[in-house]
Amino acid sequence: METTLSLAQVITNINHDFWPLFPELFLLSAASILLMIDVFSVDMDRKLSYNLAQFILLVTGIIIVFQFPTSQDFLYHRHFIHDPLSATLKISMVVLTSIALMFARPYILQRRILRGEYYLLHLFSLLGMMLLVSGSSLLSLYLGLELMSLCLYALVAMNRRDKLSAEAAVKYFVMGAIASGFILYGISFVYGVTGQIHLADIAAFLNDNEASLTLRFALVFIVTGLAFKFGAVPFQMWVPDVYHGAPTSTTVFLASAPKVAAFGLAIRILVFGFAGVLVDWQNLLIILAVSSMLVGNLVALAQTNIKRLLAYSAIAHIGYFLLGLIAGNTQGYAASLFYILTYAITALGGFGCLIYMAKGRQEVDRIDDLKGLGQRNPWAGLLVSFLFLSMAGLPPFVGFWAKLEVIKAVLNVDGLIWLALVAAFMSIIGLFYYLKVVKVIFFDKAEVETRIRAERSLRLGLGITSIAVIALGLFPTQLLEFCQKAFQYI
Amino acid sequence: MLTQIPILSLLIWLPLIGGFLVLFGPGDKMLVWSQRISLVISIIVVFLCGLLLYMFSGASGQMELAEYAQWIPSLNINYSLGVDGIAVPLIVLTGFINLLVIIGAMGSIKFRRAQYYSAALLLTGLMNGVFAAQDAILFYVFWEAMLIPMFLMIGVWGGPNRIYATIKFFLFTFFGSIFMLVGLIYMGAKAGSFNIADLQKMPLTMFEQTWIFIAFVAAFAVKIPMVPVHTWLPDAHVEAPTGGSVILAAIMLKMGGYGFLRFALPITPDAANEYAWILIAFSLVAIAYIGFIALAQQDMKKLVAYSSIAHMGFVTLGIFIIFKLSNLDASSMAVQGAMIQMISHGLISGALFFSIGVLYDRVHSRDIADYGGVVNSMPIFGALMMLFVLANAGLPGTSGFIGEFFVILSSFQADWRIAMVAASTLILGAAYSLWLYKRVIFGKPLNDTIERLEDINTREKFILISLALMILALGIFPQPLIEIMQPSIEGLLNLTQSKLEGAA
Repeated sequence: METTLSLAQVITNINHDFWPLFPELFLLSAASILLMIDVFSVDMDRKLSYNLAQFILLVTGIIIVFQFPTSQDFLYHRHFIHDPLSATLKISMVVLTSIALMFARPYILQRRILRGEYYLLHLFSLLGMMLLVSGSSLLSLYLGLELMSLCLYALVAMNRRDKLSAEAAVKYFVMGAIASGFILYGISFVYGVTGQIHLADIAAFLNDNEASLTLRFALVFIVTGLAFKFGAVPFQMWVPDVYHGAPTSTTVFLASAPKVAAFGLAIRILVFGFAGVLVDWQNLLIILAVSSMLVGNLVALAQTNIKRLLAYSAIAHIGYFLLGLIAGNTQGYAASLFYILTYAITALGGFGCLIYMAKGRQEVDRIDDLKGLGQRNPWAGLLVSFLFLSMAGLPPFVGFWAKLEVIKAVLNVDGLIWLALVAAFMSIIGLFYYLKVVKVIFFDKAEVETRIRAERSLRLGLGITSIAVIALGLFPTQLLEFCQKAFQYI
Repeated sequence: MLTQIPILSLLIWLPLIGGFLVLFGPGDKMLVWSQRISLVISIIVVFLCGLLLYMFSGASGQMELAEYAQWIPSLNINYSLGVDGIAVPLIVLTGFINLLVIIGAMGSIKFRRAQYYSAALLLTGLMNGVFAAQDAILFYVFWEAMLIPMFLMIGVWGGPNRIYATIKFFLFTFFGSIFMLVGLIYMGAKAGSFNIADLQKMPLTMFEQTWIFIAFVAAFAVKIPMVPVHTWLPDAHVEAPTGGSVILAAIMLKMGGYGFLRFALPITPDAANEYAWILIAFSLVAIAYIGFIALAQQDMKKLVAYSSIAHMGFVTLGIFIIFKLSNLDASSMAVQGAMIQMISHGLISGALFFSIGVLYDRVHSRDIADYGGVVNSMPIFGALMMLFVLANAGLPGTSGFIGEFFVILSSFQADWRIAMVAASTLILGAAYSLWLYKRVIFGKPLNDTIERLEDINTREKFILISLALMILALGIFPQPLIEIMQPSIEGLLNLTQSKLEGAA
């Protein structure tokens, strides 16, 4: 009967509890306030913005820990899911973003890249990721994904004066847009067939009905879009160029938190929505995983540019990481989560050390630029080689447990033993180029012998990542259980 | 009181912590401090080894001095240690060699010394871990982690071609062991436990056994090394610094043999039985063919490296000949021979590499052609090296004789042709060892440098004489060593035998 609602009625009609959404709300409002502060800031170095950004991250993290859920709840018309998995991913992403900012701070300071916005874009991107991993309908997932990606495009383009950076941004934008288009196209098919937008409803539909060819067709599009976001072969073309062209501080971020978010997206869509067609997406992922491991590792062998080497190694790692998803059980998902988290930490440090080595405005590009790091700063040399050895999957570093977990996950599935053997074999090839980096650090004579002195935040970032790599390598139990608990309601 | 001491943990963690202390300490700025710390820790480790011998009874053949702590409950991977008669001699050897390496480094390493000591200590801790681990994944962690300090040792302090050699060494070893890891995970997932004893009890089908056995052979044959995957060893030995070569030859190679005994025989006996002939054949190739290759070497270190491969051929022969033997006594003797050969080769090859190091420090060449008549200027050294060379050739009265003799004797019971080929080492070994000695030591001094060489100093004397005493002691009176090993070896053989019969 009534045509308009008064404001009072609207407010009383809202009977939601906003507590589960509080981290996102806080992050949004705090970031908006920071935006205002930044506009009126007169400090050219934006020290205040940086400190506030870190503070916001800290508080957000604390809120998430404080409201860590013990059950799985669908909220806000079931567009939002509040469960241990989302909280686990959110905490990890907050930590990763915070470390990424530590690395970014001295870099953008030296290069006079627009400074205040830089931190803000990280925060908004993080907001997108947090919404993404909590999305429980195709709509909210897509919104989160776009919010994240748009900020990332801008971050890649941040160094306006640099041609490589601009080129990378355009590439990233075009590729990212295509990937989003793929996902959206797939979503539209899913909606066309099932008439549902919520993941739970889609899962129920698949439970009751035989999956039609159209639905499988849609699945291919969605998985393709996911593969784009992950940078899995054959959708990896953008990865080396973007990692190389983007400001190193952005690459640091790009290689870490968004991967974790993409994992969240994959789990939500594939496991929450499409568990009924497990075999279909399993087969797709097997192709992606094997080709990623092969191409990533083999092409990385030929790289002389350290950023491209790390980019190809990232592609290879996505291949290993997919093994856990392929296993198709909670243990496998937990293994994948463990893999992506530890990889993200390692990648942060791996790209971060390039910032560490950069002298003035000069970029560290070639592998040879790392020459004699062990001589110029033994501590840094040691810590950086920890990171690379961990990427190679050697004990006692955490990369070993990650590899062990995913290999164990596929070994538990009948008929997938060959995948474990492929992974094992490719990790030998991987070892070679990681050893090449360690060799450059320790065995080659430095061209310049001056001792490297870096800013405190850089030392802190490098210290945190590499000590995490060794500490988690010696005592992986806590993180393993943390990852397993995330999947207790699946 | 004494039994309360977690001696195995101490043997692992004391050198590890010491190594990190030296690494992160003041380093070369306070070299004396670093040196003293390393030396003190090495001496304590040797004492702990003595204590280990005292505490270890060995009569039961069971795992003793067990230590257990939960490590990763969700994967059922535990910090589980224990030793039997096979591991104890190897741990004692490790502690002993480490002390000598540290002492040896004091004069011959010229730069980044503190880091060198630290690498040696870290290696010792990790190697002790390999021998003491009773959890397959713990074993693997030590096994792989050990490669890192060795990689750095060869790469930083090695010869001109060190980078090629060290990367080759790392990749070869990793190649083998990664497949073993897959095999271990597979079994662990199936058995629900990574405890080695549980894995040994687990029944496996022939198909599974075959693949797991292949994985084991890939890991251990590279390490020991067997023909045809031996090519990393000459490169690594030639380029490594003296201490690196010694550790490599004396202990790291033994891990391959240890792995065969601990994993391959009891876990996959049927597959081992099926394919023993291949491994025996490769062992014989190593003994005979590699012996000829050693004869042709121009480089002293390469010669000793090839002679190591030939000697390790006896270890693999002794281990796999048991499948061709019918009675327990003979096979027990074969495995004992293999074990004695491992210990003895550790001492002899260590001594030879130290001797070459002594010469290299003075002349800076490893080419045999650059030497001649060394005995004129270095008589004491010449005398000691004589002993090592003869031990390498298997002279009775030295430890080198007993292992080879045991293995040849037991392989005679299997097939006289195998024994014939194996016995060729008595000629070949004597030929390349003595010929090396003749060219380097005897004759007129080659040039002024050789004529003016100084004889070995106290530090070098200590190293070489203590090795010489050990070699003689073991050669004349091997009984204590045999008594330590025998019950464990028989237990191992019984286990293997019962699994074989159970399957048949």
